[in-house]
Amino acid sequence: MSQAATLALESRQPMPGIGVYNQKFGMWVFLLSEVMFFTGLIGSYIILRFAHPDAFTEPGRVLNVPLTAANTFILIVSSVTMVKAFAAIELGDQRGLRRWLLATVLLGAVFLSIQGVEYVKLAEHGFVPMVASYAAEGAPLYGMTFYTLTGFHGAHVTIGVLCMIFVTVKAFRGRYSQADHGGVEVMGLYWHFVDLVWIILFTIVYLI
Amino acid sequence: MDGWLPQNVSTFGGEIDSLFYLILGIAAAIFVIVEGALVLFIIRYRHREGRKAAYIHGNNRAEFVWTLIPFLIVVFLAARSTGTWLDIKSPERMPADALELRVTAKQFEWNVTYPGPDGRLGTADDFVRRNQLHIPAGRPVRVTLSSEDVIHSFFLPQFRVKQDAVPGMSITIWFEATEPGEYTLGCAELCGTGHTRMMASVTVHEAEAYDRWAREAAGPDPSTLGDGI
Amino acid sequence: MSTVATATAGEAQVHAGHDDRSFIRKYIFSTDHKVIGIQFLFMSLFFLVLGGLLAMGMRWQLAFPSDPAHPLPGGSLLPETMVNAGIVLPEFYNSMVTMHGTIMIFFAIMPLLVGVYANYLIPLQIGAPDMAFPRLNMASFWLAVPAAILILAGFFVEGGHAGAGWTSYPPLSVESGYSGVYNGQVLWTLSIIILGFSSLMGAVNYITTVVNMRAPGMTWFRLPLATWALFITAILILLAVPVLTGALILLLFDQVLGTAFYKPDAGGQPLLWQHLFWFFGHPEVYILILPAMGFVSEIIANGSRKPVFGYKAMVIAMISISFLGWIVWGHHMFQSGMNPLLGASFMASTMVIAVPSAIKTFNWLGTMWRGDIHFHTPMLNAMAFVGMFVIGGLSGVFLASTPVDVQLHDTYFVVAHIHYVLFGGSLFAIFAAITFWFPKMFGRMMNETLGKVHFALTFVFFNLVFFPMHRLGSNGMMRRISDPTQYEHLQAFQPTNRMISMWAFALFAAQLIFAFNFFWSLFRGKKAGPNPWRANTLEWSTPSPPPHGNFATTPVVYRGPYEYSSPESDEDYLPQDRPPAERPTPAPEPVPAGG
Repeated sequence: MSQAATLALESRQPMPGIGVYNQKFGMWVFLLSEVMFFTGLIGSYIILRFAHPDAFTEPGRVLNVPLTAANTFILIVSSVTMVKAFAAIELGDQRGLRRWLLATVLLGAVFLSIQGVEYVKLAEHGFVPMVASYAAEGAPLYGMTFYTLTGFHGAHVTIGVLCMIFVTVKAFRGRYSQADHGGVEVMGLYWHFVDLVWIILFTIVYLI
Repeated sequence: MDGWLPQNVSTFGGEIDSLFYLILGIAAAIFVIVEGALVLFIIRYRHREGRKAAYIHGNNRAEFVWTLIPFLIVVFLAARSTGTWLDIKSPERMPADALELRVTAKQFEWNVTYPGPDGRLGTADDFVRRNQLHIPAGRPVRVTLSSEDVIHSFFLPQFRVKQDAVPGMSITIWFEATEPGEYTLGCAELCGTGHTRMMASVTVHEAEAYDRWAREAAGPDPSTLGDGI
Repeated sequence: MSTVATATAGEAQVHAGHDDRSFIRKYIFSTDHKVIGIQFLFMSLFFLVLGGLLAMGMRWQLAFPSDPAHPLPGGSLLPETMVNAGIVLPEFYNSMVTMHGTIMIFFAIMPLLVGVYANYLIPLQIGAPDMAFPRLNMASFWLAVPAAILILAGFFVEGGHAGAGWTSYPPLSVESGYSGVYNGQVLWTLSIIILGFSSLMGAVNYITTVVNMRAPGMTWFRLPLATWALFITAILILLAVPVLTGALILLLFDQVLGTAFYKPDAGGQPLLWQHLFWFFGHPEVYILILPAMGFVSEIIANGSRKPVFGYKAMVIAMISISFLGWIVWGHHMFQSGMNPLLGASFMASTMVIAVPSAIKTFNWLGTMWRGDIHFHTPMLNAMAFVGMFVIGGLSGVFLASTPVDVQLHDTYFVVAHIHYVLFGGSLFAIFAAITFWFPKMFGRMMNETLGKVHFALTFVFFNLVFFPMHRLGSNGMMRRISDPTQYEHLQAFQPTNRMISMWAFALFAAQLIFAFNFFWSLFRGKKAGPNPWRANTLEWSTPSPPPHGNFATTPVVYRGPYEYSSPESDEDYLPQDRPPAERPTPAPEPVPAGG
């Protein structure tokens, strides 16, 4: 038996396990399942797109790449603010925690709004999920895959923002401390994941 | 030998059948050994007054042996199967001088397009027969399968032929009949409420008789055979 | 940073013996893993019966295809859209086929193996007071309930229930014009999506709990094989179910939003569904068998009064199965139009995956060898698992050979294979597990005589029903047809079909014995002590049933789980948490389990 295990035995503590507390480990495990979910969707997109490349246009013809690139930057910045929030509470800095959490919520909300605006603009130009949109500029396949992929990502961001609001409210009520702030860390993990998925999605859907 | 497979009237059917029986033989042997051991142990090691179990945790050598032997058997079977598989399905190995037919599946019938007197598919003299597959004996046949609606499966049990017909895909298969006679074409993929009755007659003619049939049949489609039942 | 694991261990001391929860909190909306496990038990047993009834309907139709002289019993109770003048309509036959598979796999076997036993056993066997996330656990059961409601609702909607098979291949499953079914298909899709979330929540819980909450001394290689199996199964669920969920969402969009992910006319691909579905579907079948294998290992060691032969090999075999299971999915698609070279590579991986299952079989036999075998009901059922699983595995080798699969794919040979592994395998293991852990769950024993009679009848009838199907299939009887007499090459087999049906009715009837035994024993079974089977794992060190919080003090584990007939013990068993006897010389390292 390992040293750590012997120690556990003698002190009647549970086995050392993975050395990561339950909530954090659970979030990692959950994110693994999310990886599989998005892999399934992104894989389907790739398969459908490369079987019918003519049904998709070059990036930029239909989609607003500069706006979405800016939006991507906003989401990345929100990950940075999330890290800063976590770093703050690691040092016991309550004000820093609240400030940076608030920033993250706002940036997340901005991301969603810009995406919503993008959707509206695309729909105005006729690019809706199932209609052969833009006449020669894209067929039903393009629309349905675009909205499904970005839509599910957007749904994940929305849930993230809602949870983030919950965490921020808790922070303002002083419920996190230097010794006990697992909720902030776990929220951060989810948020970084959502950001990472977006970077991949953005590359595949908007840039390639 | 008997009772497991229907008669075989195709050239590569024999290869499939011998693989089947090879696996059957191996399976039967393993069955006897394993089930026999199970029964033997049940009898020999049943609890009796004063009996004590042996305090044994395992044996690495045994693990090695009974990992290696099954592994060798399955690798052998995979290797043995690959040649036959590629012979049947690989596009490069399909016979060149085959009679070309097109079969379009739809709920709940099989429409066969014949090349007509010019011998070429895709020309004006092609003709279609519903639920009637006519082929010559002794000549390879290439069938290009497709579907108009849902997935069906082109199944000729007596020829050891099966291929899914997928809408949006054109899939080519081949086979060669060895014996004239009347056989069955059935659908092997659930395709709706008429799945159970989606069948066609398969008529294998002698080679010259086939040419005669093809010439006569090139007239308008007299198919009034109802639902193909 | 808070180490919740430590906090929970401390909680154990508070909870055990201090329980003033209301009835609703105790039995309805409970966060106690044992209650949740039992909730899953009652739900799944209901669906097991329903799935069986659907099979009876199918077998009646196959015995007397559209025969007015033999109307479907109870057919008059069903609407005319299903059964007309006693004759099963084709759309209803397709629904019965579809829902038998769907219900058995998703609502009976999976919840019986995982929902019940992962929940009930894991914390007990590792010495924990409960799961890592008890409220998430409660949510997992209560999310399964709406899924169950939706799947039942499908029987009552216009157009009837889903009729595209449990595999739901598009375009049939997405165009109501082709299937004649709209509402039922949509309900089916929604239900499985929701059930997927329930499974996923469970998986996160099981994995976290096993990794982080094992009692002191419970090293990985002292874990009972049931827990190992459930842990590995949870990982499979975690990674496979999301892929199915994604595929189902695309299917749902095709069904209700008019998208064309799977419709070829607008650029979609029917084969995309098949790849996604079977990428989930193959790990799914290992989800359906691995826990059963774990239970069988526990019970065979217990019945033989002997350590499991090759414990480490058993663990490695299960891990191998779970790895290999990801790269064999194409064997469900050999005849799909897939590239033949791809087919050949799937054949290779499929053949290889037979090996770890073979290893496990030999190890079970090795466990019985030179044992002291007691034929209690769980042991009988567990031995039947071994015998029947071997047959199912062997029939799998035929299907693995791609050229032979040409003849056997989509025939009754496959039906025989799946039922030998799912009934002969999983279900016998479930009968064993229910009987074995019944005293722990309910504080009473099930009746041994009834258990043995049920076992004997089930074993005999099961083989009479399913063995002949191998031949029916190889002789060319396709799957999912409602009338084999249409085919000339099958007419000679109609007497076989009828006989299979008769034995199937007998098989179903025999299950009444089990049902009676189960319910009667709940109230009148012989009272059980903590360890009626004289077993070693930690759950047998608690009262029957265990209190909320499980252990009065955190158990300490000194040895492996299968120290039966150990020289260290006067009896033929030695619990994991019994302290070693005092010795004059320094105590040796606890004996490691396994080869």
